[in-house]
Order: sequence, then C-alpha cells, then structure tokens
Amino acid sequence: MIVAHRKNIQDLKSLLAQHKRILVLGCGTCVTVCLAGGEREVGMISSALRIAYKLDEQEHDILELTIERQCENEFMEQIIENVQNVDAVLSLACGAGVQAMAERFPNTPVYAGLDTKFIGILQEQGIWTEKCAACGKCVLGEYGAVCPITRCSKSLLNGPCGGARDGKCEVSPDTDCGWQLIYDRLKAIGQLDRILEPAPMHDWSKSHEGGCRKIVREDQRIVVK
Amino acid sequence: MVSESNLERLLTDGQFVVCGEMSPPQGADKAAILKKCDYFRNVVDAVNLTDNQTAIVRMSSVMSSVFALEGGVEPIMQITCRDRNRLAQQSDILGAYAAGVRNVLCLTGDYMTFGNHPDAKGVFDLDSVQLIHTVADMNEGRFLCGEEMKTPPRMFIGGAANPFAEPFDLRIMRLGKKIHAGMRFVQTQPVFDFPRFDRWIKAVRDEGYDREAYILAGVMPVKSVKALDYMRESVPGMSIDDEYIDRMKSADDPKEEGVRICVETIKRLKETPGVSGVHIMPVMWESITPRIVEESGLLPRPAGGQPE
Repeated sequence: MIVAHRKNIQDLKSLLAQHKRILVLGCGTCVTVCLAGGEREVGMISSALRIAYKLDEQEHDILELTIERQCENEFMEQIIENVQNVDAVLSLACGAGVQAMAERFPNTPVYAGLDTKFIGILQEQGIWTEKCAACGKCVLGEYGAVCPITRCSKSLLNGPCGGARDGKCEVSPDTDCGWQLIYDRLKAIGQLDRILEPAPMHDWSKSHEGGCRKIVREDQRIVVK
Repeated sequence: MVSESNLERLLTDGQFVVCGEMSPPQGADKAAILKKCDYFRNVVDAVNLTDNQTAIVRMSSVMSSVFALEGGVEPIMQITCRDRNRLAQQSDILGAYAAGVRNVLCLTGDYMTFGNHPDAKGVFDLDSVQLIHTVADMNEGRFLCGEEMKTPPRMFIGGAANPFAEPFDLRIMRLGKKIHAGMRFVQTQPVFDFPRFDRWIKAVRDEGYDREAYILAGVMPVKSVKALDYMRESVPGMSIDDEYIDRMKSADDPKEEGVRICVETIKRLKETPGVSGVHIMPVMWESITPRIVEESGLLPRPAGGQPE
C-alpha cells in the first residue's frame, strides 16, 4: 500500500488560513489502512483545526467527508456538490489522490494534508516500512525477492558497501542492511549463485528519471469515435 | 601494464608499495595541497585524493589530483558514486586523464547523512562494481553506452575492500566481482584487527585474488585512544582489537604509541603473503607520514617515483 503520514497541524492551519469554508476529505483506501487519512483521521484533524482556529478567535467552517478513493473519478463524482460549497479542500489522500482531486475540480484550491512516504507494509503494529521504490524495472526475481534498490540505502545492485555492521545499515542502526537480507534469503533458498556475477547497470529510464511516467494499454481503452 | 602509472609499474616490478592519503581543503586553497605534497614527495609512491569523504564538501578530487601532480606527487584520484551519475563520472575520468592522472580508486561513497549537507539527494546511479567496469571499458576505448572514443584514457583501476565486515563470504564474493569487472589494485580499511585480517587475506589467497589484483592493506596512525574509540563506535565497518585500545589508554605518550602501533602493523603486513603494499591514511595528520615510512624501513622509495 501507499504509506503516508499526517502533516503538522500548525502548518496546515497557516496553509489554509485564507479560506473560510474548508472540506477535510479522507480517502478510504491505502491511507485509511495506514491510519493517516481515513475517516477517523479526518475527524481528528478537523477537530484539531477547529480548536487551533478558535484559539486565534478566527471563524472557519470545517466540513468532514471521506470517499472510497480520491484517485478515481467514479468516487469523486459523489462529492461534486460538497466541493462546490466550500472555499478549499484539505485532501488526506496520497499525492496521487490530491492531484486527481485538483484535476477534477480545477477551480477549487486543493491542499495536501499528508506527506506521502512510500510503498510499503505494516511491519508490526505501529511500524510501517518501505518495500518498493516503483523503479519501473523489477529485479526482485534476481535477488530472492528482497529489493536491492529499496532495501539498500545506496540502491547497490552489487552490494554490500563497506559500511554495514552487524547486519545493520551504516545510515541507521535501526535499519537492516539490505544486502545482509539478500544474502540470507538467497542462501536459504539455495540461490546464492544468482549474485556471483556482476549485475549490470540499472535502467533508470524506466523510473522517474525517464520523466513523468504513463502506461497506455490499447486493449483497455475506450475510444469514442 | 595498462597505464603509465608509476604505482602500477612498481607493483608489476614486485616492489612493496606505499601509498599516502590527503584530504583536499575545505576552501579554494591550492597552496594547501602543494604544502601537503611536501610530506609525501619521495616518501610514498602515490597519494589518494579523497572525494568529499564522509560526505563533507571539499575541493574536488579531480582538481586536487591535478594540483598534486604539480606538487610532484603521483595522485590516486578517488571517485564515488554518491555525487555523480554515469555521465559525470566518465567526463571526470577523461578530464583527469588528460591532465595527467593515472590512478583512479572507485568507491560507493559514505552516505549523505554523515556529512555537512545531510538533506542532499544521493545519486548512486552506478555502484562501485559497475563504476570499475565503466573505467575498464573506457580504457579499451568505449564509453559505457558502447560508443567508441578516439583518445581513450589508460587508468590503473583500484577499488576498496573491507576485510572486517560481515557477511564474510559475501565480502570475498564481492571482491571477486570487482576483479572480474576490471579492478587491478585494492585498498582496505585500516588494520586494527589481525585475526580478522589474516582470515580475510587467507581467503583472498585461497581464491587466487591476490594474483589478479594487488592488495594494499590500510593502516592508520592515531593520536589518542579517543580516535580508536570513535572509529570503533562511529566509523562504518571498522573493527578494533582490544589490544590497541588498552595500549593507547595506558601509554604515557599516546601520539608516540600511535606511531609505534602503525609501524609495527606495517612491518607485520610486509611479511604477510598476499599483501603487495600499504596504504597509510593519517586522518588530518598527513605530516606524520614521512616518519612512519622511515621507521617502517621503507625509505628510500624506488626511483622513478615522480610523475612526468
């Protein structure tokens, strides 16, 4: 899932200060699961904003709503009237959802209430970890399903670097060395030979380095003649 | 011989070589490099010019290497993957070679968060194995993309190895990858743990890697026990034997003890099969280099140690 984290309330308060009627809009998919931007967080952030403005003796109407997905038009259609009745939207979606909202409502200011962090998993209760950098050319098959690009801080395809210590990354003792994980995993499944030969350079043109990406599938398109 | 490097020539002749290391200045100060060259000229065979080491901004290793040549010292230009993509790396190699640089040490680079610009974006387009491969390709007249060049460089290619880090098998495997990619000399982390170093060099010999690349063992003179403690706790991938901590702690004159330990280490490495030389890295204490080389019985250096 896409993992996000709530922005600071004071920053949101100043960001939205010029708007009187504000819709705080949650998203029912990834950010609900990672407890950052679902219905519950919409309630919490709205209350926090109301209190913050009240302490400043400012009048703001804060409205609350959550839709299934902000990245799909079908769900945005349900809230056309709600959006038309406010001065601005504080979107608690990921970066994709925020931008989809802005494209759908070109005359309404839309603000991001979250920092979108990464594609990851719930590692244990209260801890989310990054697993995929969406580099566009998956190499998991060669590395025992442990991603060297994401799990190694330096994205080394021929790791590890000299800095790992006791299986931990030089960047932080809280982070496992990605190459220790790759090594342990390949050993466990009897595939250490996969990393004997030097791995070729990565094709970064398939990642964001190749420009803003788009997938076009003709078989899925509906062409109106 | 692939290059006109004096370092390569000495190694090919079977000499036990000595490398030094200097940090470029944190300012636009060419004189600082020329001054440091005085510590190294006729004392060591070549000197590493570090590339924004520990991710702290300093004068570029390319220009520092060029100034070292002016100072009468053969440079080993360090080049990391942290700050440059494959375009910049190749263009720096071309420029450095044209200016007279003959040795290059290909490294990954310390992470940005260690340095004085922790918010920086890291590049890491290639890794150090791929960078070695790139320079080897260039030596043969090809850019990484396969296109040919008219006037190729002929660099003596080095890389790093850490004998002290785990997983051990993977370290040896990676050394093999670097050799396979075109690495011809290796510099290691400083030796403060002989049991581990001996185990590593034995594995290197067993694989025959010491015959495919020259192994230059790192040594580091330290001024205080604090420096050792710091390395043990904070320098990634280091291992320090308690013996050295105890000796530095109980020494009346820790600086002298640091020199003594360094000289003993060099003498022991010189007798270690598979080791072709030493790489002395006195962090911000370059002036001690001549004394260490002399007391290790490695002076005078073989003739021809001057760049053209």
